[in-house]
Amino acid sequence: MSATVSIPTILRTHTGGEKQVKADGSTLQEVITDLEANHPGIKDRLVTDGALHRFVNVYVNDEDVRFSGGLDAQVPDGGTVTILPAVAGGR
Amino acid sequence: MADGLTRAAPRTLDAVLVIRADLVDEMVAHARRDHPLEACGQLTGPEGSDRPERYIPMTNTDAVESDYAFDSREQLRVHRESEERGEEPVVVFHSHTRVPRRPLTDTGLPEAYPSEKDIQYMGLQPGVHFVIVALTGPDSEHDLRSFLLDGAGAVVEDDVAVVENYMFAHTGSDDVPDPTSRS
Repeated sequence: MSATVSIPTILRTHTGGEKQVKADGSTLQEVITDLEANHPGIKDRLVTDGALHRFVNVYVNDEDVRFSGGLDAQVPDGGTVTILPAVAGGR
Repeated sequence: MADGLTRAAPRTLDAVLVIRADLVDEMVAHARRDHPLEACGQLTGPEGSDRPERYIPMTNTDAVESDYAFDSREQLRVHRESEERGEEPVVVFHSHTRVPRRPLTDTGLPEAYPSEKDIQYMGLQPGVHFVIVALTGPDSEHDLRSFLLDGAGAVVEDDVAVVENYMFAHTGSDDVPDPTSRS
């Protein structure tokens, strides 16, 4: 099971500048574990205390995984995982 | 040794935002329309150009006077569309309206300066300009300032140059075509 992962600018230091990389896994958790194996350090930028960091938005295909299972979200074979910086502010 | 040169504070970054007047007008109009809620949006431009070309108003899912957050699904749609066009975010915009905890400047406007939370999120988008429009009402005066983070994570204010169009804005050596040098 292989997915294409789209990497935002701020995390490309972990992927040697690559905008897109391949990773294996059938859940987001597995995909991130495989990402970490090939691009050390990237997991800590995405996950804290076993949950996705609030500073990143992660999508499987067109779905924001916050609304579809978080790290347990299913990743279909040939699917796309898109990581974007969260945009917010205030007070 | 040139004393005049050594006295100038070193700039870690060339902090300049050159932006078309019509795009500024769109941001300010959006801030007025959504007042007293915070408005937010982004400006995209050709990858690597640092030149905003299109204003894209975004939904503030927080929908409050004190905070903003992009709608994440809308953000994905805009991201995909931008990529297809060879564009990337150049500016992230939000407004500061009058909330009790926000400091006022001596002009009576809310401070158009990034909050601690603003700065945390700015750190996720190195090189992107963060424009803040401060206003107290739909018809009030406004203040517009632009910031980014330098390599060390410090807030640097941009010099903002509002231009009618980019053709005549002298922003770089190859921005203005020189007809005499064409073969």
